[in-house]
Amino acid sequence: MADRHIEPDSPELRARWGNWAWTPDNAAKAQEIIARYPEGRQRSAVMPLLDLAQRQVGAETNTQGWLPIPVMEKIAAQLDMPIIRVVEVATFYTMYNLVPVGRFHVQVCGTTPCMLRGSDDLIKACHQRGMKPGHTTADGLWTFTEVECMGNCASAPMVQINDDNYEDLTAERLNTVLDALARGEQPKTGTQEPGRHTVEPVGALSSLTAMVSENHDYRGEW
Amino acid sequence: MGSQMPKVTVDGTELEVPAGATVLQACELAGKEIPRFCYHERLSIAGNCRMCLVEVSPGPPKPQASCALPATEGQVIKTDSEMVKKAREGVMEFLLINHPLDCPICDQGGECDLQDQSVAYGRGASRYDENKRAVTDKYMGPLIKTTMTRCIHCTRCVRFSEEVAGVDEIGALYRGENMQISTYLEHAAKHELSANVIDLCPVGALTSRPYAFEARPWELKKTLSIDVSDAIGANVRVDARGREVLRILPRVNDDVNEEWLSDKGRFQVDGLTKRRLDRPWIRRDGKLTPATWAEAFAAVASINPGSSIAAVAGDLVDCETMFAAKALLGALGSSLLEGRQTGMSYPADNLAAVNFNTTLAGIEIADAVLIVGSHIRWEAALLNARLRKAVKRGARVFVVGPEYDLTYKAEFLGDDAALLGKLPGHVSEAFGAAKRPAIIIGGAGLAKGALGPALALAEQWNLVRTLDDGTAWNGFNVLHMAASRMGGLMLGYAQAGGIADLVAAKPKLVLSLGADEVDYTRFAGSMVVYIGHHGDKGAHAADIILPGSAYTEKAGTYVNTEGRVQYAEKAVFAPGDAREDWTILRALADAFGVSVGFDSFEELRAAMVAAVPALGVEGLADYGALPQADKKATAEGTITYPIKDFYLTNPIARASATMQRCSAELLHGEDFAEAAE
Repeated sequence: MADRHIEPDSPELRARWGNWAWTPDNAAKAQEIIARYPEGRQRSAVMPLLDLAQRQVGAETNTQGWLPIPVMEKIAAQLDMPIIRVVEVATFYTMYNLVPVGRFHVQVCGTTPCMLRGSDDLIKACHQRGMKPGHTTADGLWTFTEVECMGNCASAPMVQINDDNYEDLTAERLNTVLDALARGEQPKTGTQEPGRHTVEPVGALSSLTAMVSENHDYRGEW
Repeated sequence: MGSQMPKVTVDGTELEVPAGATVLQACELAGKEIPRFCYHERLSIAGNCRMCLVEVSPGPPKPQASCALPATEGQVIKTDSEMVKKAREGVMEFLLINHPLDCPICDQGGECDLQDQSVAYGRGASRYDENKRAVTDKYMGPLIKTTMTRCIHCTRCVRFSEEVAGVDEIGALYRGENMQISTYLEHAAKHELSANVIDLCPVGALTSRPYAFEARPWELKKTLSIDVSDAIGANVRVDARGREVLRILPRVNDDVNEEWLSDKGRFQVDGLTKRRLDRPWIRRDGKLTPATWAEAFAAVASINPGSSIAAVAGDLVDCETMFAAKALLGALGSSLLEGRQTGMSYPADNLAAVNFNTTLAGIEIADAVLIVGSHIRWEAALLNARLRKAVKRGARVFVVGPEYDLTYKAEFLGDDAALLGKLPGHVSEAFGAAKRPAIIIGGAGLAKGALGPALALAEQWNLVRTLDDGTAWNGFNVLHMAASRMGGLMLGYAQAGGIADLVAAKPKLVLSLGADEVDYTRFAGSMVVYIGHHGDKGAHAADIILPGSAYTEKAGTYVNTEGRVQYAEKAVFAPGDAREDWTILRALADAFGVSVGFDSFEELRAAMVAAVPALGVEGLADYGALPQADKKATAEGTITYPIKDFYLTNPIARASATMQRCSAELLHGEDFAEAAE
């Protein structure tokens, strides 16, 4: 987080991305997104368009995608808004990558519930694969970031890789997931706990037990 | 409730506040000081510094940000409770966590909101001993020096550039602790009001680059003055130390400049010490050579022009200088006075026709504006901020003239002046339907004869009317570019044929009052005596140079483009042998052996006021009704704006290294490598 920065504006960057344009498919999608907002409020489309652009850049570079300056300028021009406002949005939300990333963006949650459930082991496992915070590995496969709570505390610890969450991890389970991804396979997403489907209680219900069979009013017992 | 005035209680005092007022404003009305950093009267409310916390009931049992809380009926507000004191101390302590303790080397020191408020509302010492955040400095151009570690993220600069200047170029990047204020890719701020963010910055994050490490505020002598870089007449404060003017800051005047100042008015100040004429010069054998005052006066006297003398007033001169010259010429029997240096000859017998009648503040409520031949951003940057407000209120703006970026939505109709006689139907419709229509004629419009057709339009569209609320509305405006113009026209510095009449009279002596834009080759047969302060174009063409005073070095009366009479005071003495202009003219009267009827500045001003009483009353002069329009008047020709370079329009600015760099970097795209500090 702290070392988030915009990829510097260089002639090489301009040469590579200066002529960037939507693919025909995405151009149509962008039009559809813009049309969701009332006339004169097109700027509201900036976030979905940045996301779409990041995905297109990702497809073009076989990575998760990122937002080069000329791409942001293109979106600013399309939405008729000042470029600085687009950059403000892109720099605020950490889901927009401001520098090139690898094929897989491994975001390990290190906030308290995940930490208590062993996220330190996951981070160590990542380090053993050569991942360093904020860096992409030499093979271009992994970009590693430690992030704050992703809202999966009930199935902690968790890792988000590109669009998918992998939960109930141990170092071993994480390595299985990463190996599968490296082979080009799509591992099972969500919880990695055998027998668990989502974030339902593991084993028996430990709280709100009276709610199992009927709607129980607890208020009188407070 | 609604439109009623809510009644609130502030620290036990009950008072009524205007509907829509905030709690902060209510507290101010009650005479309570509320500390604040992000809140600013002229900007939108951000509510992000949290310094203005007060206790309000009814409401949640915690301190409330008063700047963003509407005052409502029956509120009980406390600004002096223990909770408020603790809240302020807490906010202050948080703000200071990452703020460096570098006040001794900070230019804001002594006039810093953070410094003052930490003394007044802080807890005295910090309990924080972790590392402080450090932020790399951002380049914001030749005028704004940044020390971003000092930034407290109030976002005043962001809001100013978006809302007032209309150029979205400063933004808050990243988030939370990592938030940084920056221009896009650290490009220089490129608009005419950019340096106002220096005044707005409550800390030392944005300070003045040219003034960096020059002086401390308590060393400076502060003098009230009037800006002469354009015809707006912005109210300024001249800060001088010893004999040198170190900086110029805007003063608050809601009728004129609100509290802004154009970059040129602010930063041409270093030109006041460069290229100065500090001794008399006489041209001998085609070459200017230094002389004494006695020699210079003898040389002028030897011309012995009799009544064959003419005077041309420059753009920066004050009314007293012009009146003294007029008195001198009058004593010699001449009335060949002209101030429109570039040859314009619009009729000046009715000054209402060449005045900004709507007033600068009034134009804000116009709902349809036709601009004819004026690059408003460059000719009157502060007026553009007003027009921007009008557009935000829903005004439609049409422009006849070459296209440029006005910073707001405007329709360019074309650059042919003849368009005035055949405006498109939708324009006439817009003006027919408008409640408060206005026309603004700029210098480029005047040059193509737009005044006549515009007056016809004024009659056709009924620009002078009584509004629904009973107030008078005059939507006919001429926007001048010279600080001396309206004063000069009031003093008769206008010939029917313009400066051509002076040329035709073939005067033996041309008295140039700081006139640097005149084509002196047309006066080849005349002796040119230049009274001015800078070695600029006028001095180059002169036969005798009598060194005068710049606007900071003399008291004077100025009339801005809306006919507002304003007085400036003398801040410093002119350098070397230079004298105040009126004393030179008074001495010339002796040299010619005539009497002008004044021996002191007071007598001169009294004589001037006796001749033109309006100059004796501070405020808007009354020029009467608009003249009858000449229905046959037509304008023709392609409009071209006279100002080619905003930063170099007058001799002071041309001598200023700061303005030269602005011109090279901001207008001509030259790169200036940042010197390592």
